[in-house]
Parts: sequence; C-alpha cells; structure tokens
Amino acid sequence: MQERLKELQQEAIQSIEQSSSLKELNDIRVAYLGKKGPITEVLRGMGKLSAEERPIMGALANEVREAIATILEAKQKDLEEAAVLEKLASESIDVTLPGRPVKVGNHHPLTRIIEEIEDLFIGMGYQVAEGPEVEQDYYNFEALNLPKGHPARDMQDSFYITDEILLRTHTSPVQARTMEKNQGKGPIKIICPGKVYRRDNDDATHSHQFMQIEGLVVGENIRMSDLHGTLEIFAKKMFGEDREIRLRPSFFPFTEPSVEMDISCMICGGNGCNVCKKTGWIEILGAGMVHPNVLEMAGYDSKKYTGFAFGMGPERIAMLKYGVDDIRHFYTNDVRFLKQYSKHE
Amino acid sequence: MFVSYKWLQDYVDLSGVSADELAEKITKSGIEVEGVEVLNEGITGVVVGHVVERVQHPNADKLSKCQVDIGQGEPVQIICGAPNVAQGQKVAVATVGAVLPGNFKIKKAKLRGEESNGMICSLTELGMEAKIVPKEYSEGIFVFPQDAEVGADAIALLNRNDEVLELGLTPNRADCLSMLGVAYEVAAILGRDVKLPEIELQPVKEKATDYITVKVEANEDNPLYAAKVIKNVKIGPAPLWMQTRLMSAGIRPHNNVVDITNYILLEYGQPLHAFDYDRLGSKEILVRRAQDGEKFTTLDDVERTLTSDHLVITNGTEPVALAGVMGGANSEVTSDTTTVLLEAAYFTGGTVRKASKDHGLRSEASARFEKGVDPNRVRAAGERAAYLMAKYAGGEVLEDASVVDTLTVEPAVVSITLEKINSVIGTNLTVEEVEAIFERLQFAVTSEEETITVTAPTRRGDIKIEEDLIEEVARLYGYDNIPKTLPIGSATPGKLSQYQDKRRIVRQYLEGAGLYQAVTYSLTSEEKAAQFALEKRDFIRLAMPMSEDRSILRLSIMPQLMEVLKYNSARQNDSLAVYETGAVFLANGNEVLPEEQEHLAGAITGLWHSHSWQGEKKAVDFYVLKGILEGLFAKLGLTESVTYVQAKVDNMHPGRTAEIHLHGERIGFVGQVHPTMQKELDLKDTYVFELSLKAILEEATAPLRYSGIPRFPSITRDIALVVDKETVAGVLQDIIQTAGGKLLKEVTVFDLYEGERMEEGKKSIAYSLKYMDPERTLTDEEVTKVHTQVLEALKEKAGAVLRG
Ligand SMILES: [Zn+2]
Repeated sequence: MQERLKELQQEAIQSIEQSSSLKELNDIRVAYLGKKGPITEVLRGMGKLSAEERPIMGALANEVREAIATILEAKQKDLEEAAVLEKLASESIDVTLPGRPVKVGNHHPLTRIIEEIEDLFIGMGYQVAEGPEVEQDYYNFEALNLPKGHPARDMQDSFYITDEILLRTHTSPVQARTMEKNQGKGPIKIICPGKVYRRDNDDATHSHQFMQIEGLVVGENIRMSDLHGTLEIFAKKMFGEDREIRLRPSFFPFTEPSVEMDISCMICGGNGCNVCKKTGWIEILGAGMVHPNVLEMAGYDSKKYTGFAFGMGPERIAMLKYGVDDIRHFYTNDVRFLKQYSKHE
Repeated sequence: MFVSYKWLQDYVDLSGVSADELAEKITKSGIEVEGVEVLNEGITGVVVGHVVERVQHPNADKLSKCQVDIGQGEPVQIICGAPNVAQGQKVAVATVGAVLPGNFKIKKAKLRGEESNGMICSLTELGMEAKIVPKEYSEGIFVFPQDAEVGADAIALLNRNDEVLELGLTPNRADCLSMLGVAYEVAAILGRDVKLPEIELQPVKEKATDYITVKVEANEDNPLYAAKVIKNVKIGPAPLWMQTRLMSAGIRPHNNVVDITNYILLEYGQPLHAFDYDRLGSKEILVRRAQDGEKFTTLDDVERTLTSDHLVITNGTEPVALAGVMGGANSEVTSDTTTVLLEAAYFTGGTVRKASKDHGLRSEASARFEKGVDPNRVRAAGERAAYLMAKYAGGEVLEDASVVDTLTVEPAVVSITLEKINSVIGTNLTVEEVEAIFERLQFAVTSEEETITVTAPTRRGDIKIEEDLIEEVARLYGYDNIPKTLPIGSATPGKLSQYQDKRRIVRQYLEGAGLYQAVTYSLTSEEKAAQFALEKRDFIRLAMPMSEDRSILRLSIMPQLMEVLKYNSARQNDSLAVYETGAVFLANGNEVLPEEQEHLAGAITGLWHSHSWQGEKKAVDFYVLKGILEGLFAKLGLTESVTYVQAKVDNMHPGRTAEIHLHGERIGFVGQVHPTMQKELDLKDTYVFELSLKAILEEATAPLRYSGIPRFPSITRDIALVVDKETVAGVLQDIIQTAGGKLLKEVTVFDLYEGERMEEGKKSIAYSLKYMDPERTLTDEEVTKVHTQVLEALKEKAGAVLRG
C-alpha cells in the first residue's frame, strides 16, 4: 500500500510537469486528488489495516496528497503567468506611429506682443486703459497740442468721417481722455493698446490699420530720469538683458522734451547689419515729458504736475523680434503664419 | 536736408571730426542723421581731358573719333558716342584702368574698327542722378569750364570727394533747413565758433528805389518785402563749385542768377526770387490777394486758376509770381536777361501752405516758408545774393532796396529756475553749467540767483516756453547722461480690469478649443458692410477713402473672417478654425461718435476632427460650435442665462441657425453659412458664430462657492419619447425640468431617431433622468412618484408618448 502511494506520487508529479495548459492541469487535479481518484481509493482500503498501521498510512496518504497539491499549484501559477504574457504579446502596438493631435489654437502675434507689454507694465503698477477707435478731432489732435492748421498734422494724414470725427491716428487720445476723467488729480499710470488708422497705402512696411501701445505717467514729481529708468527696464525685459538703450532728442507736439529710444541691434549685437542699417541701433519707440499745454488742457496744473509718455508699434516690435519681413502678414491671417506663434518662449 | 560735409566747413571748423563722427554727434543731440552718403562711389582714374580734335567715326554715324590730351604726353584716341562732344572742350575722361560706379573697369577697346583708349564721361556715368544734371548736359557728356587744368582729378573738380549728411528734420527744427542753421547746431555740439558768409557790396551810384516801388496790400500775409535791383548781369553758368554744391544738395543747376538764389536758399534758408526787370512791364511791385478766378501761368507753363486765398506778386496789375511758391513764365529770367529784380520777402506759413497745396506745388522754397523762415535773415539773404550776382554774374548792384517792412521781430525771452530744470530732468546741474550750454547755442543768457533768463535768437522760433529751454539743456547735456530712476510717490495697483481679464479668458478658452486668433481690418466695402450684421444701422463712411474696399466701418466681424477662410481655403487650407475679438461700429448720426461694440466672432470650416492613419474624419456641424459656445458660457457663469432660438439671419442657412439670447435679449447668432455664400467663396460647409462680447463680459460674475459632494446615491431612469418632428428638444427639456422639481438633478439626451421606422411626422428622442436628494437615500417609490409626474407633463404639454 505504501508503495502504491509512492508510485501514485511519482506518476502525478510526472504528468503535472508534462502538462502544458490549465485545462490539462485541472484534469490531473481531478484525476489524482478527486473523490474518485486513486489516493481516495487507497484510503478507502485502510479498513483492512491494523490499528498501528492505520495512522501511519493515513499520515503518509496526506503527505502524498499535499505534495501533489503543492506542485500542482506551482505549475498552475507558471501556466497562468505564461498565459498573461502571451496575451500581452498579442496586444503590442507600434509606438512610433504619430499620436492623435490635440487641436489648440493660439494668440495672433500682435496680441502676443501686446499682452507681453501689458503684463510687463502691470508688474510696474500700470493699468490698461482703452478708448474709442473713432475719435473726435479734439481728443485726437487738439487736446494733444495739435490745433487745427498745425503743420505736424501733415505727419499723420488721417481718415476723417466728418470735419470733427475721424479714425484715431494714435492711441494718445486715450491718454487725453484718462487725464480729463481724473479731473486734474494724480497719480496716473496707464498703458493704452489699440488699433489706429492712417492714410497709407498698404505695402511691405505700411498698413492703413495698425496697432499702437502707449504709456502715460502723471504725478507731482515725475522726472525725465524716471522715463529713462522705466524705458531701460522695458527694453531689457522685452528684448533681453544684454540690450543697451540710447535716447535721442526728437520732436512730438504733445511732449517737450521729446525722446526717441534706440536699442542695440539684436540681430548683429551692435556691430552693424542690414536690419539696423549698419548703425548698430534700432529705433523702437518715441517718448517725452508731457507738454504743459496737454496737461493744462486736461485740467492739470502744469506747475505742480509733470508726466512722461511713450508709444510704440507692436507690428514693428513683432517684425524685429520674430524677423517678419512684411507687415501685411499680420492682417492676411494666413494660417501658416498664425500657427507659428504657438510656441512659448 | 542734405548737408555737404565740405561745404559746412565754410562756417564751422570740423577738424578732428569725421563725417561719420559728426553724424553720430548730431543724431545724439537732437537731429536724426538718416544717412551719410559717400558721393564718390569708388571712382578712380577720371581726369580732365582736352579734346584737341574731333572727327566723324569712319564707320558709324553716331560716333565721334576724338584725340584727347589727358596730360600724359601724346593725346590719346577715344571713341565717343555723345552728341555734344566737340573740339576744344574740357571733358571728364575715364582713362584706361579707371574704375566707374558699379566697379565698371575701363579697358582698351576697338569700336567699329577704331581704337579707343578710355571713355569721355557724362555726369550720370560718374554716379550722379539724372534729375540733378544740368539740362544742357543731360543728353551727353559734361563739359568743364575752359580754365580746368588738363590732367587734373576730375572727381575732385566736381566736388565728389565729399560726404553728404541727410538730416531727418522734425517740424520744430526748420532752422536746420539751412547750412547756417546746421552750422549753429554743429558749433553748439562741438563748442566751436560760427563763421558767417561774406557780403561785400560795392553798389553803383543809382538807387533801387528809382527803378521800383513796392506796395503790399496784404501785410498780414507778407509783412516784409524787399526788392533789390542788379543791372548788367551776364547770364551764364554759375561757377563750377557752386553748381556742384547745389547738385550735392539735390538741386539741378540752371544759370548763374537762378543758381545764386538757390544757393542762398540753401545757405540762409531764405527763398529768394529773381525777376527779369525788363519783362516786368512796370516799375511797380504790388503784393495782394488774388481775385477769385484770376488766371496765372507759372514758369512751368501751367495755367493756374487762383482764389482769394492765394497771395500774388503783381506788376501793379498782372500777377508775376504766386508768392513763395513759384514765379511766372511772363517774368522769368532768361539768357537774355540783363537787369534782375531780386525779391527777398517774408511770407507767412499758412498762406504759402494753402497755395502750394491747392496747386500741388511743393518746392524747396515753399517748404521753408511753410515752416517759417528767420525774419532777421531775410534782408541779409538778399544782400548776400546781390553780392554773389555782382561777383559771379558781372552785375552792378544798385544802392538800397525798395522795402515794405511791417514785421515786428521780438526775440523770445524765457526765464526758468535752476530748480525747475533739475526737477524735470532729474539732474543736479549748476547755474554755470546751464549758462555754458546756452552760450554754446549762442543764446543770450543772464542769471540772477538761481533764475536763468534766456533770449532765443529769431532763427530758433521753436523756443517759446520753459520746457523748450529744458529740452535744450537736456539734449546738449546729453540724454544718455540723464540718470535712470523710477517714479516715486503713491503706489498704484497694477492690474487688468475685470472686463479685460475676462477677455483674456475668452481668448485662452477659444484657443484651447482649437481656434486661431485672427486680426482683420475695421474698414470694409459697402457690399460686405451689410452682411451678417446683427443690427442694421446707417453706414459710417470715410470722407476720403483710399479705395472702395476700405471705405466703410464694419458692422460685423463675420465678413472679414469669411475673407480669411476664403484666402486660406484657396491655399489648400480648407479645414480651419479662427476667431476674432474687435470693435464693430454702430452709427449714432453724424454729430456724435458711433457706438463701438466689442464683438466676438468665430468660424470653423471643413473637417473639425480627423486622424489620418486611423481613418477618422468628421466635418464640423452646428453642435460643434454650439458645444464650444456652451463651454464658453459655462466658463463665464452664464449657462443659466443663455438660450438659443431658431432664427433667420442674413447670409445664414435658414434651417441651421440660432439666435443667442442673454436674459432673453438677442446678443448674437450661431449656425451654418448660407450654402450660396459658401459656394461663392468656394468653402466647404462652414459654421460660424458672432456675438456681442461686450454683453457677455459686462455680466456680473457670481462669486465661486463650494457646494457639497453628494454623499447619497442617485437613481437614473431612461425614457424614450415619440413626439412630433417639429417639437424641439429645448421645449421637452424645459417640461422635464419643471416637472422634475428639485429632486431631478440632470437631464441628458442620449438618443435621437428620425428614420423610416418612425411613423410619418414623428421622431423619437430619449432622455436619461438622474434623481437625487443630497440629504438622504431616495426610495424607489419616491422616484417613481416624481418620474410619473414628468411623464404626465410630457404627455399633456408636448403630446409625447412613451415608446414601448
Ligand atoms: Zn544690426
């Protein structure tokens, strides 16, 4: 009987090891360990044994049963793992194929430039002021020290609708309106972005509609040195810390003294190239101390208040910054152009 | 203004300062030098030659065979094609080995069988612009005066070894429209002196007043008129140096008398006019306003019709010049002129501007009058011109001048405190430093304690107020030397307004949803201005448009976006999503500004969704756009306030368009572009929306509050309804929501069927209803009760039948 058990154990282990599927394994389990299996049968025949032999035989039978069960379990685990691996292998994909594109648009390059400038000045305590694009002659010219018949009105040929109403030629009327609204009191710190219009034929460098962004600071002790410091911070933040700035005297009817600011050329680093016309400098904005007539007309006491103002063209800045060669691209909205401004810098 | 570097040295010592260095200094102290032109573009080997013999080329009608002495032993043979070459002339010869502009090298050549050892040059061949070449040489070679030395450097003789600074003058610096004005500026920058030009008149013993009387009827337009008379002039070419200086400044030489007036115009900034005294037809000059309709032929042979806005110089009866603008053909100096009447006058800017504008006659002269000449230089300019006519035209200058002078010239006297200067600039200058700056400018300056009083010379008419003095100090001190500080004083909060902030959110949202931002023109054509407009108003037209296409302010953004789609579609980008934010303009009548309403418009055309290798393709449809808008309104907290109403909108598909209502007010539309328009623009199916951004951004935003996460399970019931085809989902949804009460948390459409399995005129629509009570678990009975109410309401109000 003892031999029979040993034999069964040998037999069972052999068929477990040879089995190659979970089903086969289950058949083996039923065949050897089931109620009708040979081990059970052996145990049934224990009645014929002596009282001494019975427990020994019983223990042995259990030992054999457990040994088979352990090996069965181990084999089952192996087979299950193999099955998983096989399934996974069959599921593999080509990871080098392109992914599903996520549709995302982006800002127009001019908006991108304007928001960048806005944020820069917001960080310095400025607010963003906006105003109408169709303006009264008064705010566009007269309040800015450009009375009717002033020769400098030639500098900006305008789109008039009536004798007194026109498309604004700059965003400066927003400054005049803001000052008027503040009723002679300071401080004012604003930045004014927006569309402006001039009677120019559209070509690579001219556009009858373009953007402008202007700044105005009015207070009781605003100095030209403050303008100098402010413009330097702006230039370095906007165009890079290694840019140098140069101020030159200029003329605008609404400022006195007037300033034009150049930055060292970002293309050649100041050595001279085609972009800077070999000068190493690029003209970037106009500025100046607010003309006393402008302050007085808006209700400010020019003995007490001073201010500075500056203005620049987002198209020009975008053209310099991104190397755009034709101003018309900004208004054609070719998607092959627009798409190029999605990347964060 | 073109400034010859060599000529400028007549008035200021420029030693140690190159033209480029000077340009840099001028630019940094206030006048932008736009360029420095080197006149000699690398020309070498061009000398003065003497044409000792000229014969016809044996084999060519239009060529001459010349023997030219170039100062190197035997004359050389040169074949020349110029019609004006002649024996005895002194000419410019590019010798063999010479280099002409464009790196053109002169070699020995054979022309039609004859040897040619060089080239006789025209001025254009020497790099001069055709428009400044004297007329007599415009079709051929240039001829030097007889005293030119054979073998001498022709380029030097033509004054081409010079550099020209091009000044970009702002309107306030009209003083620098003259060499003398530039000289004062440069002298101030360099701290050097100004040498004034010489005037050494030796008049003959006859009085100008015996030849001419001057009367001025329009003193306010012409407060000063001085007439000098120069007899016995011999008209001929001006000296070569004067001609070349004019050419360097861009002015074509004519004859000695005319050239002298132009030379003085450049030197003094004072336009002069020379009349032929004998052709004047009277001994009188009368300055008056023209009569309306009066005719006058200017010296360009154009007959002009004048008005009483125009000032004319007359001989007492007939106009002989349009004041400050152009002389008349009837009194022009010709080669026969012997007596010159020289006008030196002050005409006011407005008068000249009107006349030059009305007649399209902008000239060097009118430009100077328009910007204002120096009243104190008018007479001196006339004297200097008379002196030069005596010297270079052999004339005899008569004593005195016939003058009408009502011009009062008060130089501006301006006082300022040192404190003001320093507080505006942000510097710590001393009185002495400030005085020194004004002395360099040759402004008279005195000071008492810390108050500085400056008398500005009349040539600097731009100096009027304290700030003008501050600018002079700042610019000569050097803008770059001004310290860099930041404004001090009360702090201001830097932030966007809520409106501006939300506008940025709208942009980010739409871009996140896949739309590119476009920026288009506000001006459009009459045809487009009427399309898609939400509100019909009168067109706002430009008084003087540049083209019909850009003549009216837009009432809607959509036509411009259609243009963008069309442009891209024609360039193989027929699937595209764009949006724009910007103003549209609603007229309020002629007297007041229009209402500017900020709009938001979006357009999607072609495929909305595609994945190439997985073969997925989905064209845009109404619900793509509606979904984008719903997301936007949710972002802005407006979901509850917005409704969509089926509507007809111009240029839109009549069955696939909805108006967007905010609190019941129409604020925009969404839908498909009318197929006719799609076809016209060659677009695939295109869905668009436009709405008033102003309306949605001005809505107050409710504060964000946390609401509890539900702790109790919800119960979902699905229903499929059969309704009339015309019954819209929005109506069913409203009925369900009302009947469902507060236990009904969510209603979702999950199926729509209108196919052939349905009874005629019917459709099936299925909803999923989710019931929940945040406080407890609902029982089945409770839900069934509410759900039954919902079904009954649907049956009663919409005739909806539950589908089996
Ligand atoms: Zn450069």
